[in-house]
Amino acid sequence: MFDLIFIVPLLPLIAFTINGLFRNKLSKTVVQSLAVGSVGVSFVISVLLFVELIGLDPAARSITQVLFAWIPVGDLQLNIAYLLDPLSAVMILIVTGVGLLIHIYSIGYMAHDPDVKRFFCYMNLFMFAMLTLVLGDNLILLFIGWEGVGLCSYLLIGFWFEKKSAADAGKKAFIVNRIGDFGFLIGAFIIFWAAGTLQFNELRAVAPEMFVVGGSAITLATLFLFFGATGKSAQIPLYIWLPDAMEGPTPVSALIHAATMVTAGVYMIVRLNFLFVMAPDTMMVIAIVGCATAFIAATIGLAQNDIKRVLAYSTVSQLGYMMMACGVAAFTAGIFHLMTHAFFKALLFLGSGAVIHSMSNEQDMRKMGGLRKHIPITYKTMLVGTLAIAGFPLMSGFFSKDEILWKAFSSGQGHWALWLMGILTAGLTTFYMFRLVYLTFFGERRYDDHVAKHVHESPKSMTTPLIVLAALSVIGGLIGIPHALGGGAHFKKFLAPVMAAIPGETAHGGHHDMTMEYILMAIAISIFAAAWFLARYLYRMNIDKVTSLKASMAGIHKMLLNKYWVDEFYGAAIVRPIVNGSIFLWKIIDVLIIDGIANGLGYIARDMSQTFRRVQTGFVRGYMVAFLFGVVLIIGYLVVR
Amino acid sequence: MPQLDAAININIVLPEISLLIASFLLLTIVPLAKQRIISSIISLASVAVSLYFIYAMWNHQQTGYFGMVTCDNFCLFSKVIFLITCGGAVMLSRDYLVKRGMDRPEYYAMMLISTSGMMFMVSSSNLMVIFIGLEIMSLPLYVLAGFFKDDVKSTESAAKYFFMGAFASAFLLYGIALVYGGTGTTDLSKIFMSTGIALQKNELYLIIGAALILIGFAFKIAAFPFHMWVPDVYQGAPTPVTAFFSIGPKAAGIAVLLRIFIIGFGGVYESFTIIFWILAFLTMATGNIFALMQNDVKRMLAYSSIAHAGYLMLALTAGSSEAVSAALFYLLAYSFFNMGAFAIVTIVENKTGTNHIDTYKGLASRHPWLAVFLALFMFSLAGFPPTAGFIGKFYIFSAAIKANLVWLVVAAVMNSLISVYYYLRPIKAAFFEKAEGEESSAVQLTLGPLMVVAIIITSVGALGLGLFPNYFLKLAAASGLMMM
Repeated sequence: MFDLIFIVPLLPLIAFTINGLFRNKLSKTVVQSLAVGSVGVSFVISVLLFVELIGLDPAARSITQVLFAWIPVGDLQLNIAYLLDPLSAVMILIVTGVGLLIHIYSIGYMAHDPDVKRFFCYMNLFMFAMLTLVLGDNLILLFIGWEGVGLCSYLLIGFWFEKKSAADAGKKAFIVNRIGDFGFLIGAFIIFWAAGTLQFNELRAVAPEMFVVGGSAITLATLFLFFGATGKSAQIPLYIWLPDAMEGPTPVSALIHAATMVTAGVYMIVRLNFLFVMAPDTMMVIAIVGCATAFIAATIGLAQNDIKRVLAYSTVSQLGYMMMACGVAAFTAGIFHLMTHAFFKALLFLGSGAVIHSMSNEQDMRKMGGLRKHIPITYKTMLVGTLAIAGFPLMSGFFSKDEILWKAFSSGQGHWALWLMGILTAGLTTFYMFRLVYLTFFGERRYDDHVAKHVHESPKSMTTPLIVLAALSVIGGLIGIPHALGGGAHFKKFLAPVMAAIPGETAHGGHHDMTMEYILMAIAISIFAAAWFLARYLYRMNIDKVTSLKASMAGIHKMLLNKYWVDEFYGAAIVRPIVNGSIFLWKIIDVLIIDGIANGLGYIARDMSQTFRRVQTGFVRGYMVAFLFGVVLIIGYLVVR
Repeated sequence: MPQLDAAININIVLPEISLLIASFLLLTIVPLAKQRIISSIISLASVAVSLYFIYAMWNHQQTGYFGMVTCDNFCLFSKVIFLITCGGAVMLSRDYLVKRGMDRPEYYAMMLISTSGMMFMVSSSNLMVIFIGLEIMSLPLYVLAGFFKDDVKSTESAAKYFFMGAFASAFLLYGIALVYGGTGTTDLSKIFMSTGIALQKNELYLIIGAALILIGFAFKIAAFPFHMWVPDVYQGAPTPVTAFFSIGPKAAGIAVLLRIFIIGFGGVYESFTIIFWILAFLTMATGNIFALMQNDVKRMLAYSSIAHAGYLMLALTAGSSEAVSAALFYLLAYSFFNMGAFAIVTIVENKTGTNHIDTYKGLASRHPWLAVFLALFMFSLAGFPPTAGFIGKFYIFSAAIKANLVWLVVAAVMNSLISVYYYLRPIKAAFFEKAEGEESSAVQLTLGPLMVVAIIITSVGALGLGLFPNYFLKLAAASGLMMM
């Protein structure tokens, strides 16, 4: 069975190749069935692999499949090899499972797009890259997947490239990610330089000998890798591309910019957790950055009016949560939240897509309202998603968020301030999510009759994935119920073999006092309830008060609406100087000096060529002279020497 | 295996014999047949049989004919390169010859005999046999260069090649005589063993002899300043023959030089390092600088083949076992992509009757596939990843770096950069320029089946060796020569 690992990423690649090459010859139905079918089979194989893996002894749950030696250069031995262990098994399940649902959804969503075939090509290529990213057994293969998903993200954000804003957003995403990738590469180089290998299992084995805990090499390497992660996973300071990425089709936002690609940074850190735990300073940076991102993005989310942008900032915020989990060494909790988030955020995006679909492409929530009765399935599923992300007790988001908050409070790397910010963020999340629900589905309708004529529930291909994802959002948390609530923490046990303990701490830290955990849980629930009631009070009961509230806090509102002017700040402080500097480099350094030298060399070579050409007379006697000339020089040298 | 040494060991010359049998058939029975394509088929069949014998002998080192003929992986690997060249040239020739009404069996016979000469050359460890092999290789080449006896350029090409070739052979033979005078033997391993004694008495005989041998082969591989015949001869000869010239004899020359200098003259290798260095540098530079200004693609490829000889001489300068493997791998890769480039040139010439760069303008819009293959081979020649040319250069350069030839590698990299200019010119013409005049797009391209097969094989090689080099690198690594 484990021989089939490579099939999982290969199938989408094959579908991409066939669809890409014969796009014009194949019918739309064939392209769609190939695209969806390949992901479906990959999903089935992933499930089988997962079952097979569970059947193994926990210590033996790490299977490497070497396909071929790729680059053997000196000390660097790189294989094209896939690694299946509990972590990657969970990841491929998420990627193929959620990916499959979103592919199915796309059939309905993209039905009227003339370029739907190209869309499915890119989606399949993305699946291949993402699966390579999570299955790669070394850092370079991971990086190839990392770049691959970045490319697909660029292509899909700018899918409607006739629209300038979409093309610009694609460029922005690509460029910002490139900055992060630079950090990633430097981190990888430092690791190879210091440890001599890039293969995960080897690295894990040699890391304790090659690195000093808290040493400069490991701290620098992990910091650079984390910088790479801030690009891909949209953390401060590189989060600015993700909200703009909403220019892409909604299934893309759901798949790439919520459920899978943006979690790559978290995955990478968890994959290398044995390195990160050796760098406490990096861990602290990660925790603070994650916490700050979570909070700041949530505040921006309060004031956005575009339904997809609210979800985008929510995604940034939730990714901050995952990062914070990594920062306090709660890697399992990070992956747990990654998984539940994949369910409910994909659900919310797809739901918002269904809303937009029924509203004739309107995205502004101020022009919606009262949709509850017209699109009931979308409403119900989105409500489930909202409850899940807000942390309604016993829903998936409750368990995963609670786990992170508890660790932020109790772990050796944690701090009560992290917990406090986290719980505030949770309150903000509840508030803006219910604001979204109330503005969209409740109250009076605020759209015109023209739109009203077309309001309709989405086709089955779109609602079925919504229902499945809603079910997952409800029950997805059950596999990780903590001991404190009488659960078995199965998820944690399953991932345990991949996780490294923090040096100096025992793996399980003994039995802690449950009381504290209960108190924190109770606070979380009350904050959830308070935020919900506040949102209900403002946006359901007394919507007119919102205006007066906005007026009384005009300054703050403006600041949030304009996203703290971060884009403007980057524009003035970074982009403009770079542009000006580039103009200088281009006009003076490049055109005058470099081109001067290059062209000069070219002219010299050409002139030499012209001159020497005359030597080539075509007469044999001339050639003989040259020949003898060579003979004399060689013999002369050997005799005289 | 002393008893085998003395015996007549027919097994180890089977690859050569299969070619020779085919060439006798071509000269005697085949001319009676009506279907001309039979000669191509017989030639290709003999190449295939020969390849099979090589496959069977792989990893079985043996000698025979009183130690005159050796059969090791090094010579087998080289023979594969010759056979690929020969097969490729045969496939290219069919369309070309038919169009000119010259599809004669003799032509193929000459090619096969010449190839068998190369194979004898590399499988011998005796200077006399090497010389005989060289002549078996060269004489048919003169005939092939002048095969179009009514074409002035072709005849001129043959005459020039013959004069210069005879001149070079004289140097080679004189060199062998001097080496014999210095050491009393023409057997390479015995020369090596007597080096210590020779160095006291007759050092100069040995060294001058080695130098003259080097000169003789430098002519064959077209190293500076013994390269002057190349442009004229390559341009005048029939294009498939030029393809054959630019790979086969060059590969044979490099392989034999490596064997002679590493096995036979290992004791005096040091004295030649600086000469190799300078020759390598000047050969690369000459080839590339002259190629820059050529407007005739065939002539441009002639200069480019000089430049490639220069890269190969890097391996000779390094002289390590690793460098030998790198050179073999490079030659294998080169045989694919250079043959492929000539295939495209042949097709274009068949259609338009000229090789001027202007005929490539707008090729991409008229024959997109042809332009794509052209681009593939040109990129490979220039050494772009992920083509075979890149991996080949990479391994030669890294072997040279390990032999402390940093500056030579710097020069080689600069040369590669220069070469990009002229390799991109046909691509630019094909993709980014419009054809002048009424160059009708309606002209159908008729390709013979052999030509199609040739393009498929060469492009698979040019790409496959770049994408999956590992297997072939291992084979090449198993074919290295060790300095004793």
